[in-house]
Amino acid sequence: MIHLIWVLLLLSGLLLLGSSRMMHCLRIVAAQGILVGLLAVFQAECPGLRVFLLSATVIALKGFVFPWLVSRAIRQTGTSREVEPFVGYGASYVCGAVFFMAAMELAKRLLIPYHGVSPLPVTAGLFLAMVGLFIIVSRRKAVTQVLGYLTLENGIYAFGLSMAYEEPLLVELGVLLDVFAAVFVMGIIVFHIQREFDHMDTGRLTALRD
Amino acid sequence: MLLAALVLIPVLCGTAEFLVRDVRLGRLILITAAVSHAALAASAWILSPPGIFGGWLALDSLGLLFLSITSLLFLAASFYGLNYLKHAPVSGKTEDEEGEFFFLNAPEARFNGCLLLFLAAMTLVILSQHLGILWVAVEMTTLASAPLIYYHRHTRSLEATWKYLLLCSVGIAVALLGNFFLSVAATIETRKPVSFILIDLMSEAVYLDVMWLKAAFVCFLVGYGAKMGLAPMHTWLPDAHSESPSMVSALLSGALLNCAFLALLRAHQICVAAGQSVFSRGLLAGFGIFSMVIAAIFILGQKDYKRLLAYSSVEHMGLLAFGVGVGGGVSVFGALFHAVNHSLTKAALFLASGNILRAYQSKICGHVKGLSSRMPATGFLWAAGLFAITGMPPFGTFMSKLMILTGALAAGKYLMFGICLTVLTAVFWGMARAMLTMVQGDWIEIGPGCVRDREPVLSFLPGFLLLLIVLGLGMMMPDWLDQVLREASLSLGALP
Repeated sequence: MIHLIWVLLLLSGLLLLGSSRMMHCLRIVAAQGILVGLLAVFQAECPGLRVFLLSATVIALKGFVFPWLVSRAIRQTGTSREVEPFVGYGASYVCGAVFFMAAMELAKRLLIPYHGVSPLPVTAGLFLAMVGLFIIVSRRKAVTQVLGYLTLENGIYAFGLSMAYEEPLLVELGVLLDVFAAVFVMGIIVFHIQREFDHMDTGRLTALRD
Repeated sequence: MLLAALVLIPVLCGTAEFLVRDVRLGRLILITAAVSHAALAASAWILSPPGIFGGWLALDSLGLLFLSITSLLFLAASFYGLNYLKHAPVSGKTEDEEGEFFFLNAPEARFNGCLLLFLAAMTLVILSQHLGILWVAVEMTTLASAPLIYYHRHTRSLEATWKYLLLCSVGIAVALLGNFFLSVAATIETRKPVSFILIDLMSEAVYLDVMWLKAAFVCFLVGYGAKMGLAPMHTWLPDAHSESPSMVSALLSGALLNCAFLALLRAHQICVAAGQSVFSRGLLAGFGIFSMVIAAIFILGQKDYKRLLAYSSVEHMGLLAFGVGVGGGVSVFGALFHAVNHSLTKAALFLASGNILRAYQSKICGHVKGLSSRMPATGFLWAAGLFAITGMPPFGTFMSKLMILTGALAAGKYLMFGICLTVLTAVFWGMARAMLTMVQGDWIEIGPGCVRDREPVLSFLPGFLLLLIVLGLGMMMPDWLDQVLREASLSLGALP
């Protein structure tokens, strides 16, 4: 079951690279969030109240609240629903394949000596993080950069859920709260960008330079 | 109790600011919070408060040092802000510096509230001994300071805010990956729970898996280094520090960069305890030198004086990383002493730049002339600040830079020493050329003005007092500071 979730997360990363419609990207990121929340339940060795509480919070926040915040920003700014990339979709897929190979290589180098653990969590977590970074760098619109940031966080968080030992609940909730606040503030700033500049093209935000 | 108050007072006052309508009451709350925070920080020197929440929040010597800097800077910035905010009209529009457009300012209550929450977040970074809470607090500082940068609401500050928010959030996300890598390093052999409190991690550090620990440190360096302003992750820094209001720039340059440095130092402490100090020091020194070179390149020929100060911050952060990376008791002591000196000097310079900006309505060095005749107090502050920041005796920065360089020589790092010296010379030349031409000359009368601008006491007194402290530190190091610096450098693994 866990392997299925990881494979689905990997596929969602690939899908995200090639999608040209913004609402489609948003739904993929929402699905990623729900998968990460399910991962929390299936990953735990002894599921108890703490695990279910955490999983429910993650699914609620990453699966519904964050996408809602971003879709609200998209609606309020009235921007066109097309992702405008610097790097074309075909080239993005090729980059995705390169990232996958890099993630596999890194997973091989970072050894896990005990048995029964597949390299899939490390590979998939790092791959998703790299896809998130790539999306931030290669897409024009500010709101897609927020989606890239969410993907990066999903990848890192999924990695943490499966590999890192249990952090105290307070810290986990603190991390989620921070990401929530970050997405909230980013949504506000994106709205201001659209209003001030009349566009959301970060490639044209070049007034400050040396 | 003391530690809880240090965090809770700014939080409560900050929340109160959002609810208060009266502007005067808002400013009173700001000043009260700043003064009480400074008083608590001062009493921490005498009382040595114990840790709370089972050791999650505690004040060690490193923390005490950075807490004092932050508190002092916030006090100076809030007194300066009393005067600054009084002159910034809230309703009705202000004309932009270049006369290109009109812009509004954010509501002052929101500004004051975010300032106090920013102070609370920075205090939490300094106090937290648990790496998870440290991460949460560093992200909170980003989120609390983003609205502060966007106080003057126009396109340039918006662009700066977006770059700041995105770059720092991405960097801090990478630092979260570092946290997870560290957790794997700790549990991979034993498969038993490990406490993420710094002291516990350091005592178990020899059992950490080396490969994962190194990967974790790289993530921390990239992540917290981005927040600190190390090149090549520094690209948000010149924009954010130049577009924000001057008191916010002072806090960002003087206090926030230090907090990010502290987070990085915590990671370095773990590496030292695990016996991997050669690895971590090498990386720190490398990034430090690279930052200094990049900063020097952009300082030479810089036309905007606030960007000049921002790049100078990049250079000094590189120097701090280099000082810790070289290792050896003298360098590390010098680096920590330099953190104190740099913060105070840079804050004084940014506060002075605010006065210049309001008087001359331009951020270009070439447009500013005759400071010494038009605004003598600010002009004096500007010139004295230049000498302080470039490391002239008898200011404290001279002593701290000397210590770092001597340590580099003693450690046998001749090439790095040479590069450092070249960079410092180049930076001195670039900054002196830009800043001294602003002080000298005859000022061109822009509009109907009097011979001398009225300089309110609050606009130059905080900066003046900060520079006086730096001067005092250069001439005489007090025993209590010396002891704390020694303890702090010992905790970083420097041999006495």
